[in-house]
Amino acid sequence: MKVGLEIHIQVKSRRKLFCSCNPKDPDESVTEFRRRLRVSASELGEIDPAAAFEMKKGLDVIYLAGNRSSCLVEADEEPPHDPDERSIEAAIKVANLLRANVVDEIHFMRKIVIDGSNTTGFQRTALIALNGRFMFRDRQVRIQTICLEEDAARLIEKGNGYVKYDLRRLGIPLIEIATEPLELSPKEARDFAESLGRTLKLTGLFERGLGTIRQDVNVSMEGGGIVEIKGVQKLEQIEKVVEFEEKRHRWLFEVASALRSRGISEESFRDVRPKDVSELFRKYSQVETVKRFFSGSAFALRAPGFKGLIGSEPVE
Amino acid sequence: MSSSQPEDFSRIKFRLGDAVYEGIVMPRTLYEDKEHITVKLNNGYNIGLRLDEIEILEVGPPQRQQEVVAEEREIPSQGPRVLILGTGGTISSRVDYRTGAVKPAFTAAQIVDMVPELTRIASISVRTVMNELSENMQPSNWAVMAEEVYRAFEEGFEGVVIAHGTDTMHYSSAALSFAIENPRGPVVFVGLQRSSDRPSSDSATNLLGAVVFASRSGAPGVYVAMHEGLNDDLIAVHSGVRVRKNHTSRRDAFRSVNSRPVASVDVRNMEIHFKNETAKGAGPMRLLNRFSERSAIMKYHPGFSEVLLRTYFNRDVFDAIIVEGTGLGHIARKAFPFVKEFIAGGGFVGMTSQCIWGSVRLTVYETGRDLLSMGVVPLGDMLSEVALVKSMWALGNELDLREVMPRNLRGEISERREVE
Repeated sequence: MKVGLEIHIQVKSRRKLFCSCNPKDPDESVTEFRRRLRVSASELGEIDPAAAFEMKKGLDVIYLAGNRSSCLVEADEEPPHDPDERSIEAAIKVANLLRANVVDEIHFMRKIVIDGSNTTGFQRTALIALNGRFMFRDRQVRIQTICLEEDAARLIEKGNGYVKYDLRRLGIPLIEIATEPLELSPKEARDFAESLGRTLKLTGLFERGLGTIRQDVNVSMEGGGIVEIKGVQKLEQIEKVVEFEEKRHRWLFEVASALRSRGISEESFRDVRPKDVSELFRKYSQVETVKRFFSGSAFALRAPGFKGLIGSEPVE
Repeated sequence: MSSSQPEDFSRIKFRLGDAVYEGIVMPRTLYEDKEHITVKLNNGYNIGLRLDEIEILEVGPPQRQQEVVAEEREIPSQGPRVLILGTGGTISSRVDYRTGAVKPAFTAAQIVDMVPELTRIASISVRTVMNELSENMQPSNWAVMAEEVYRAFEEGFEGVVIAHGTDTMHYSSAALSFAIENPRGPVVFVGLQRSSDRPSSDSATNLLGAVVFASRSGAPGVYVAMHEGLNDDLIAVHSGVRVRKNHTSRRDAFRSVNSRPVASVDVRNMEIHFKNETAKGAGPMRLLNRFSERSAIMKYHPGFSEVLLRTYFNRDVFDAIIVEGTGLGHIARKAFPFVKEFIAGGGFVGMTSQCIWGSVRLTVYETGRDLLSMGVVPLGDMLSEVALVKSMWALGNELDLREVMPRNLRGEISERREVE
């Protein structure tokens, strides 16, 4: 099993990456505004299908803008200011610490993000350095990239047809350190993250406390796909995440091999048609779970050869 | 390890330190040096590298993407016929994601791809009549726009939407207000404050609001449609002679001054809510689209030099000067001889205020009365930009400025300013 880690850590700075707001300032007032993001047809191909689906449904995004912790830049009503020099300096220092090659020119790019967590619909990010090294026990771990990017707005509510974000966190400078995929046990993954995280914090360049460091964990196994688990905040969770992901992968392999031995393939589903079972659901509309989740229509599909597999659990 | 600059868009393999990378060479702007190269790596990031610090191992052929040819196709249409005129500016452009270049893209199919809801509102036709950023617009461009609008109504279109850069959109809307007497339908200017290459762009909502008003309001006249506030739901429709760009970057930069907006279009349900009367003209449509450039705005300020006074109040160059005076409409005593001479030589001097809000009144203070006695014409609560355009139009069409400038023709001057 291979584990890749992306560590995001908030730079200690008095301002945000593209404006002068101090995210620690208390607000005297909060303004609410409502937006919709839109992506032209040609760009949809490059976007996460789930996000694209949300957008097509006409998702309303509500933002809460504090008067001190955010300004017109976060509201996407003013062009970004020059990038924070202190953050660029911090990124270069980290790159040197990790013996990476710092690029000669920094180019900020846009990564399209349409779940509403960025008012613009994209995240501004720049690659600062390539090909670093970090000693973990007796191994030299390769650091693929070191990037400087803006943090996203914090999701505070998800309702029917809308999402609500607070702009305080939007634009806080983050340094992202991405490792190559490593052969690691769940425990080792946790220890590695702890070791790198501690080294970074010792530089004094970063914020401390909950939420100031977050990791994305990529797990892949031979014969399976890559799974990315985003925003893991605690180290203990890394161990669990990797462990569960490994178990889930093994379970899926078992399901797959069981299906193969039963001779089930895509072909087996060719004549299967969905059946409208909404009536059945309405009949049980007093049942609490049905009441909570059911509205509209329900369809059922016969799954040939799945006997005993549906309902089995990846982890006891 | 010196390398020469490979061609733009070529795929290269290069060594940096002890690692080898691949990427595509990206074009550099005129203002970037030639000692560096910009590479789009396979992970999507662009980086700039010193050419003498990398070793280029392989150079492939340029990966220039195929120009997307605008497909000509039947667009579903229903409802009133609306013509969208493209004049340039970002609303009629598309940013090429790979190169970052802004290209004009203005076929009906592309507009409908961008805003599919349009096909349920009106039957859309599109014409590109010029390709100018709004800071480059000149009175000669106004004349062309006016003629195109006139022709569109003659051809039976029920409404016209003009996609325009925002910087000088309010000058153009004023120009067309005067140039087309009794237009047969609504003429709605529309622009955007956030470019259409970002998912948060205001282009689609503004365009929707403009098309809804152009097709369904039944209110002939010239308007500007832009965001009403920070929200993406209401589009304000302003009178073309009452509106001003009042903010450099906000979506709701355009505001009606000394007047309420005409209407608000709710793009969630496509409803129009009228907030003010629309100017009612009767009579045949007429095209008066000549403009003179022998007029200018003079913004007076403390320390205004004699050199400047001599430059503005020069009959060899100007026939009309619109003064943006202080407060109720004043300029320093030292300017008086220049003003007197200019008017004596047949020039027109109109007074507006740099306060933006409110009306000039030259009878309150002695300075004002002195200016009146010299023949300076107070222009009420008309915006200085509108007064400038009106004077250019009046000069171009050989109208008597002393008669026509202080008279309300298109709603540009009002007698009442409401308590808000």
